[in-house]
Amino acid sequence: MDGTDDSATPARAGNRLHAELARRARNIRRHAVRMGEVQGQGYVAQALGFADVLAALYFQALRYRPEDPAWEDRDRCLLSMGHYAIALYAALIEAGILPENEIETYGSDDSRLPMSGMASYTPGMEVSGGSLGQGLPVAIGICLGLKRKASRSFVYNLLSDGELDEGSTWEAAQSASHWKLDNLIAVVDVNNQQADGPSSQVMSFEPLEERWRSFGWEVRRVDGNDIAAVSDALAAMRELNDPKPRVVICDTRMGRGVSFLEAREKTHFIRVDPHEWALALDELSEEA
Amino acid sequence: MNDAQNRPAADKPAPKLRTSAMIASIAAPGQATRPAPFGHALAKLAATRPEIVGMTADLGKYTDLHVFAEAFPDRFYQMGMAEQVLMAAAGGIAREGFIPFATTYAVFAARRAYDFICLSIVEENLPVKIVCALPGLTTGYGPSHQATEDLAIFRGMPNLTIVDPCDAVDIEQAVPAIADHPGPVYMRLLRGQVPVVLDRHDYRFELGKAKLLRDGGDVLMISSGLMTMRSLEAADRLAADGIGVAVLHSPTIKPLDTATILSEAGRGGRLVVVAENHSIVGGLGEAVAGTLLRAGVTPAFRQIALPDAFLDAGALPTLHDRYGISTDAVVRQVKGWLDR
Repeated sequence: MDGTDDSATPARAGNRLHAELARRARNIRRHAVRMGEVQGQGYVAQALGFADVLAALYFQALRYRPEDPAWEDRDRCLLSMGHYAIALYAALIEAGILPENEIETYGSDDSRLPMSGMASYTPGMEVSGGSLGQGLPVAIGICLGLKRKASRSFVYNLLSDGELDEGSTWEAAQSASHWKLDNLIAVVDVNNQQADGPSSQVMSFEPLEERWRSFGWEVRRVDGNDIAAVSDALAAMRELNDPKPRVVICDTRMGRGVSFLEAREKTHFIRVDPHEWALALDELSEEA
Repeated sequence: MNDAQNRPAADKPAPKLRTSAMIASIAAPGQATRPAPFGHALAKLAATRPEIVGMTADLGKYTDLHVFAEAFPDRFYQMGMAEQVLMAAAGGIAREGFIPFATTYAVFAARRAYDFICLSIVEENLPVKIVCALPGLTTGYGPSHQATEDLAIFRGMPNLTIVDPCDAVDIEQAVPAIADHPGPVYMRLLRGQVPVVLDRHDYRFELGKAKLLRDGGDVLMISSGLMTMRSLEAADRLAADGIGVAVLHSPTIKPLDTATILSEAGRGGRLVVVAENHSIVGGLGEAVAGTLLRAGVTPAFRQIALPDAFLDAGALPTLHDRYGISTDAVVRQVKGWLDR
């Protein structure tokens, strides 16, 4: 090899992947902001904060067929925190599982995109989350079922830091290591915001890595807005050859990518002035 | 009248009845029984149905699921003492094409795991079969284990089919029927040495159907669960006193067989008595009452049910008599209502 084609090196390929993921994340943010505008309010800040993780999931980690959301060999991606539906819809739209023109129906009567995610409403929505603390327990059963079928699919369970208050999350964490569920990857969004205030004040949850590790999980903690770090961690968890469940803890910033939302203190459920939606989209345009 | 402090002290020495084990047998001395009918029926069915799996929350032995677990150890999931995970995981494995039979005690399913059953199983109509021991007053261990309001709790859940079988025959026939039902089912379980009663009647369990086990001109008993057994015994004794008692067994609590109930209750001239091993609030009695009123069928109507109270601990025969669901108590109440 004479070394003239350095685009073929792993580093260059990685850079290209990360640039593509960043583009996808920006589009996911734009879809979410446009849905937020339909309602004038909502869980937009979570979607902005979690967009990089969703881009890494839907454009690197997950196996799926956009035209066949129920494809038997797909990886199952469970949205345990149902109020992040706006974020997942944005990812499903970007992934081609949902058509972009449904954005304008978000949260409206007879829409397939209700404010809280429900499996019976939306293609690509695997479970009805929203009653927090149920996603990981459901994932246990799906993982056991996949193993019974000798399936090689993975289950990704998305949960929030607030959801770690729920005892059932820890019942399931214990169960996952008991059953040696090496087909389970939990992804925790730690944005330190829940309904009544900062999560660490509502119910302190650190040290997270030690807690998960003590339950028998393989743990990675990354800056959830560092798309390269998220993507590398997700890949490492999938490749790990160890009979245990895995968790990627992602520290994210609410409102990421839209400066005036990122600067707000209380962002669990935001209201945005009508003129601000266009400003947000401007910040998320390709030229910005 | 059910307040423990107001009970008269025993005034004559008698053999002291003990609380006995957690799950006291409801069989009368000398009564024909079969062991673990649920476990054996499930193991038999599973031999030809590879999609059936069993799951429990540390109560395999106490729900007769151990029979299945011994027959199919690789299809049995011990989920630990964690009912929330039990139910949600049952929903998860059902999503992957399996039919889980998930067992625990009725109190833990109804009280502790309700939200998990609701959102992770029933809202999506997944075919999970929840089978629970200690329904109503079938243990002397007190309110922590007596599921006196499980039917009231579960009747409010859309999509959920609810079954309250009478005996070993009913359970054996209900198992394949609920497995075939495409949606979620809650079944109350009698376990251990379970009486055999319905083999003496021209009876076949059908999901959603009430069956007339005997006819009679004075009283129509509508019953489910072990109260059908008690109603049949009471009917025999009342017949000796010239009182004709019909017994309509309604093992499916929801959806209720309203057509049969309206047809039998609408025959007129009979006192309608609903007998159930459950609180007087929210069970079969109120379901029947609502059915009758909505249809404009208004016979004289009474309920035999447990009081709206946390019940005492003690020996089951004592408690069944105290709370009005023993055969003696059924006979007494019916005679009182007929003024005989």
